[in-house]
Amino acid sequence: MKRYVYINDDESAHDLYCDNRISNRKYTVLNFIPKNLWEQFSRFMNQYFLLIACLQLWSLITPVNPASTWGPLIFIFAVSATKEAWDDYHRYLSDKKANEKEVWVVRNGIKKLIQAQDIHVGNIVWLRENDEVPCDLVLIGSSDPQGLCYIETAAMDGETDLKTRVIPSACMGIDVELLHKIKGVIECPTPNKDIRRFDANMRLFPPFIDNDICPLTIKNTVLQSCYLRNTEWACGVAVYTGNETKLGMSRGIPEPKLTAMDAMIDKLTGAIFVFQIVVVMVLGIAGNVWKDTEAKKQWYVLYPDKGPWYELLIIPLRFELLCSIMIPISIKVSLDLVKGLYAKFIDWDHRMVDLETSTPSNATNTAISEDLGQVEYILTDKTGTLTENKMIFRRCCISGIFYGNENGDALKDVELLHAVSSGSPDVVQFLTIMAICNTVIPTQSKTGDILYKAQSQDEDALVQAAAHLHMVFFNKSGNILEVKFNSSILQYEVLETLEFTSDRKRMSLVLRDCQNGKILLLSKGADEAILPYARTGQQTRNFIEAVEQYAHLGLRTLCLAWRELREDEYREWSLMFKEANSTLVDREWRVAEVCQRIEHNLEVLGVTAIEDRLQDGVPETIETLRKAGINFWMLTGDKQNTAIQIALSCNFISPEPKGQLLSIDGKTEDEVRRSLERVLLTMRITTSEPKDVAFVIDGWALDFALNHYRKAFTELAILSRTAICCRVTPSQKAQLVQILKSCDYRTLAIGDGGNDVRMIQQADIGVGISGREGLQAARAADYSIGKFRFLKRLILVHGRYSYNRTAFLSQYSFYKSLLICFIQIFFSFISGVSGTSLFNSVSLMAYNVFYTSVPVLVSVLDKDLSEETVIQHPQILFYCQAGRLLNPSTFAGWFGRSLFHAVVVFLISIHAYAYDKSEMEEVSMVALSGCIWLQAFVVAMETNSFTILQHLAIWGNLAGFYAINWIFSALPASGMYTIMFRLCRQPSYWISIFLMTAAGMSPILAIKYFRYTYRPSKINTLQQAERLGGPIVSLGTIEPQPRPLIEKDVSTLSITQPKNRNPVYEPLLSDSPNATRRSSGTPFDFFQSQSRSSLPNYSRNCKDN
Amino acid sequence: MSTDPSTSSAAAAEEKSNKRKSKKPKYSRFTQQELPAWQPILTPRWVITIFTLIALVFIPVGLAAFSASQRVVEVEYEYDTECIPDSYKDNATAYIKDDNTNKTCTQKLSIKSKMQAPIFVYYQLDNFYQNHRRYVKSRSDEQLRTKDKENDVSSCSPEDYVTINNKSEPIVPCGLIAWSLFNDTYKIQNKDKEVVINKTNIAWASDRTTKFGSDVYPKNFQASGLIGGAKLDPTKPLSEQEDLIVWMRTAALPKFRKLYGKIETDLEANDEIVVVIENNYNTYEFGGKKSLVLSTATWIGGRNNFLGIAYVVIGSMSLLLALGFLLLYILKPRPLGDPTYLSWNKNPGGLR
Repeated sequence: MKRYVYINDDESAHDLYCDNRISNRKYTVLNFIPKNLWEQFSRFMNQYFLLIACLQLWSLITPVNPASTWGPLIFIFAVSATKEAWDDYHRYLSDKKANEKEVWVVRNGIKKLIQAQDIHVGNIVWLRENDEVPCDLVLIGSSDPQGLCYIETAAMDGETDLKTRVIPSACMGIDVELLHKIKGVIECPTPNKDIRRFDANMRLFPPFIDNDICPLTIKNTVLQSCYLRNTEWACGVAVYTGNETKLGMSRGIPEPKLTAMDAMIDKLTGAIFVFQIVVVMVLGIAGNVWKDTEAKKQWYVLYPDKGPWYELLIIPLRFELLCSIMIPISIKVSLDLVKGLYAKFIDWDHRMVDLETSTPSNATNTAISEDLGQVEYILTDKTGTLTENKMIFRRCCISGIFYGNENGDALKDVELLHAVSSGSPDVVQFLTIMAICNTVIPTQSKTGDILYKAQSQDEDALVQAAAHLHMVFFNKSGNILEVKFNSSILQYEVLETLEFTSDRKRMSLVLRDCQNGKILLLSKGADEAILPYARTGQQTRNFIEAVEQYAHLGLRTLCLAWRELREDEYREWSLMFKEANSTLVDREWRVAEVCQRIEHNLEVLGVTAIEDRLQDGVPETIETLRKAGINFWMLTGDKQNTAIQIALSCNFISPEPKGQLLSIDGKTEDEVRRSLERVLLTMRITTSEPKDVAFVIDGWALDFALNHYRKAFTELAILSRTAICCRVTPSQKAQLVQILKSCDYRTLAIGDGGNDVRMIQQADIGVGISGREGLQAARAADYSIGKFRFLKRLILVHGRYSYNRTAFLSQYSFYKSLLICFIQIFFSFISGVSGTSLFNSVSLMAYNVFYTSVPVLVSVLDKDLSEETVIQHPQILFYCQAGRLLNPSTFAGWFGRSLFHAVVVFLISIHAYAYDKSEMEEVSMVALSGCIWLQAFVVAMETNSFTILQHLAIWGNLAGFYAINWIFSALPASGMYTIMFRLCRQPSYWISIFLMTAAGMSPILAIKYFRYTYRPSKINTLQQAERLGGPIVSLGTIEPQPRPLIEKDVSTLSITQPKNRNPVYEPLLSDSPNATRRSSGTPFDFFQSQSRSSLPNYSRNCKDN
Repeated sequence: MSTDPSTSSAAAAEEKSNKRKSKKPKYSRFTQQELPAWQPILTPRWVITIFTLIALVFIPVGLAAFSASQRVVEVEYEYDTECIPDSYKDNATAYIKDDNTNKTCTQKLSIKSKMQAPIFVYYQLDNFYQNHRRYVKSRSDEQLRTKDKENDVSSCSPEDYVTINNKSEPIVPCGLIAWSLFNDTYKIQNKDKEVVINKTNIAWASDRTTKFGSDVYPKNFQASGLIGGAKLDPTKPLSEQEDLIVWMRTAALPKFRKLYGKIETDLEANDEIVVVIENNYNTYEFGGKKSLVLSTATWIGGRNNFLGIAYVVIGSMSLLLALGFLLLYILKPRPLGDPTYLSWNKNPGGLR
């Protein structure tokens, strides 16, 4: 399929292709109600409620007024629908903002300012410097005479260097004015998501040029979300618009996310449903038997001799309705409400406000906060996420002398400045290489400042630094480079450029010094690409040390070297080089080989160290989250070296002796397979060693691994706690997320650019950094934060609290429903198994919707541990990750508790209110009061911190219960007329209530106290420490002496069995905070204690095996 | 130390940024989840105190309730079998269903200890399911309350309409409950003197004034072929039919007592009273039991030992728990919040 784009043709394309409206919306005004209802009813729970509500319309079987189910049901649906509508409205607003951005477009031959959404395929869009590209364009003009323009693609692929784009040859040299009138046709593929490919043709219509077909490649395009840089203006033809752009296509349709907790709640609901069916069947059969044997004799019941055909069904259906409250209808409302509040707490959090830009954090998806507390893998982008995306020259080592070590900034090092001014030859040569051995283009602005256009930020940093040190590279015209050093101007003629490739890892220039005619070779590159080629006899030990030292500091190092070439040597080589450059087969390899022949015998001058500034607190955040048992993967579109450097500097991986980095590479499928197998083998062996093993893979190899060796790669993914994937495409990022998800891990993806959008959407939780790479990621993400370090707070504080609170809330909801349901079931045994409801409709409805919902809602304020304690002891997150607080066994506890309480309430009510007092309404109110009192105390006992709101809700609710019932008792029309007044005057009522409370709560208090004191969980211990012992910072001093290393390593093997984590037993968390505290001075020591779950990782089961 | 570094600077920069651009969310202790909170933990002192307190309160209250219950004098007499003539012993149902048999039954009861007025006269039914779903719903509160709603019998089936002269007439009061009204009567003689059983004010005042209308008169009641229980005086409004009102307060349990009347004179110890029972009500068909109960009352109501015993039991259990925890606390003290219990702090080799 092809798409034909007619340039500057205003009408034809309008109907054919969509306009440039970006839409992330789910609903429209028209389809909202049907679509939303359909979605809501696709959930089992809602279907169930609807069924129950419909059954209740049949008065023969309904135990209570149908309103008691319909009311809440409609309310719940209204709440959910409102929330959806609200979310969708916000999506609409943010789309609108993007859509209404104004851009210059040619309309009817005139440039007009229109909204971005009105761009149509075929329109000519004009961009000015620093404009964001609104849709995918094919370039046709640029301010540059050579038809070049520079774009920043960071938002798309995360690469920060500027890329050159060139206008197609056919458009070369067309006058600016004529560009408005240009006509032609572009034949291009149908929209796809491949951002590295664009195979198209262009044919311009006369009078512009003959109708030759001009081939187009990706080099001729600028894609949506890129920024135009260093180019005054550029214009292009829109070829893909709206959601059909390459970025839009790779965005994919976001799936609704369901938290692990929701899944667990659904599972438990299913279990309760089965239980309910069993109960209904048993009671239904018992009821029918009782009816046939006993009820026929009970003349006053006046059963007809012959009932309708469905007679046998009536009693079971009655019980079904009676037991329908087992599955609490209120749980959905409560959960939605509290989830909304969790999200608000994130929005409100002052400690997660980015002070630089004063952007608060934002939870776009309000439904998945609990998942934050259960994260097991974090997949992070590099550029802009971990780093600030600013390169700065920090240190250097010139012929063995270290500069910048004292103050951390070589530019301010007095010795270096002194060396420069005294003109020490090594230093001058070093600066020369810094200034000119690159592909930077200097331009002079109107004010006379020199601006550099660099393809790589590193080169930019070096040139800037050299300029700072008075070696100013100020002009490049053709092959002549001009450098100003201390007011003298030096000229060089570039003879050859030996380009940088990732294999060679170095670049060189061959140039002629115009001052003395000497031919020089200047090289810069990675240490392993330079130092081995040093001139024989030169001591490189100094430089190796320097490189190591810098690398440890997380700086990106480059070695600089040079040598003088003899004229004949150059000539001979130059011929070979030209020949290699013109070969058609294996050119790259041939060129590399030729380059090799000249790049040897180098005089190494020194080492530069550039800092890609990590964001504040990144290493600490990673360290803390690691301690919390979260694994990190780095997925970046950037080069392997850069990625590894950053990984080293933020504690992501550790350098050699402690850590081991295994690389998977290869050019062919077979090579990749062998490499993968080798790494896997190493990984299996080293899992038992106290080593931090990580693997590195690049996009090319990853492609083979994902497509052909998925199984092996999955195993590798499970074994490795750390991985670095470089040069990956957005869809590969998403695939990696998919692999981890398929192994049943909770994944969190964090990124900041448009290239992370798919990964963010794919992951269980997507976090976007609202940084400098635009808001694409933040817009698609579930959470957007200003800085990477807020992730710590997001997970440890918000995620953990949300998990804990929801765990309590959901189980409590079941508890209270089961409690009242059990009482109904018990009552049916003394009411002829006929399905009589002990409680009246009003009470039943108010019980679920009101009496028991209010107290539990304030559990959103509950804090089991203070925020500080949690951040100091991130290991405690384990409880959330392993799902310790909500699982079948804790649920069984709540189930048992409700059964016990039901027995207590029922037995006491029927015995205390026996004989002459056994009046139905009274007994019912006594039992109901008992339930309310018990639930108030249960909430109180499970609450860890009482704020004023909790007191109000718990005890106020109890008072509210009496107030409401007094009101009902005052209404003559209600069935409860005067009942509550009568009861409250009876001493035996109060005596019964206190008896129920004491009998119900004291065993629970006793058990809780015993466990709390004699079998404390880690949470309990920390609670006690926090609340009794004052600040627990002192915890660390408990064990001051460092432990023997071997001992520790033995112990660490027995810990955290991630997927075999037994949610019931105490965790054997290891990893002493002391170990890490001790190591905080030397960052590399850290992984000793981190080596822990390498073995357990191995035992994780992979689901898709 | 590991708290967020932005914390301290947050306050300082806050004002600045507020002035500049107030994208920053508003600060309040609620939004920051920093409301002052009381954070109790279960210390031994607390828990032992609580259990001791429960014991200290519950045991005396239990004893008081128990003694109150014990002070109640109660005479219970089950007459359902003894009031069947020997000739009908094997066929009690036929006897009770036959309109022509003599249902009067005279029995003697002895009073064990002095009963002070007021003495409550109850009838007690056992195995009678007033709480059966079919039964309990078969009434029309609207109809009972006002004359206008006479035809509101939708919930009363099958005792809703009666056919008189080929016309369908609503029954007042309708429904199974009213239809099956208890119809045994009692007369009591003490020393050959009639003891007056006062049958007024035996129903709840609220029921008499509000739930049962003073303008609603029984109509077409027990007029169909199948006679259930007692008949009602069609000249008296429902609000004065106190036996009906009492009966219509359905019981939650299959064994229940309903107030028949009150005796406002004392009965002395060792009095031999003669009870004349009209044994009309058919409990024989379903094997129910009928008893006549005379009982005095105290602050806790009639005789019911349950609360007293339960209080003492719970109180003693609390005492035991308190003692147990105290012993445990003394014998096996366990420091709370000992960080060595954090296993990530534990020395794995046990060297220390």
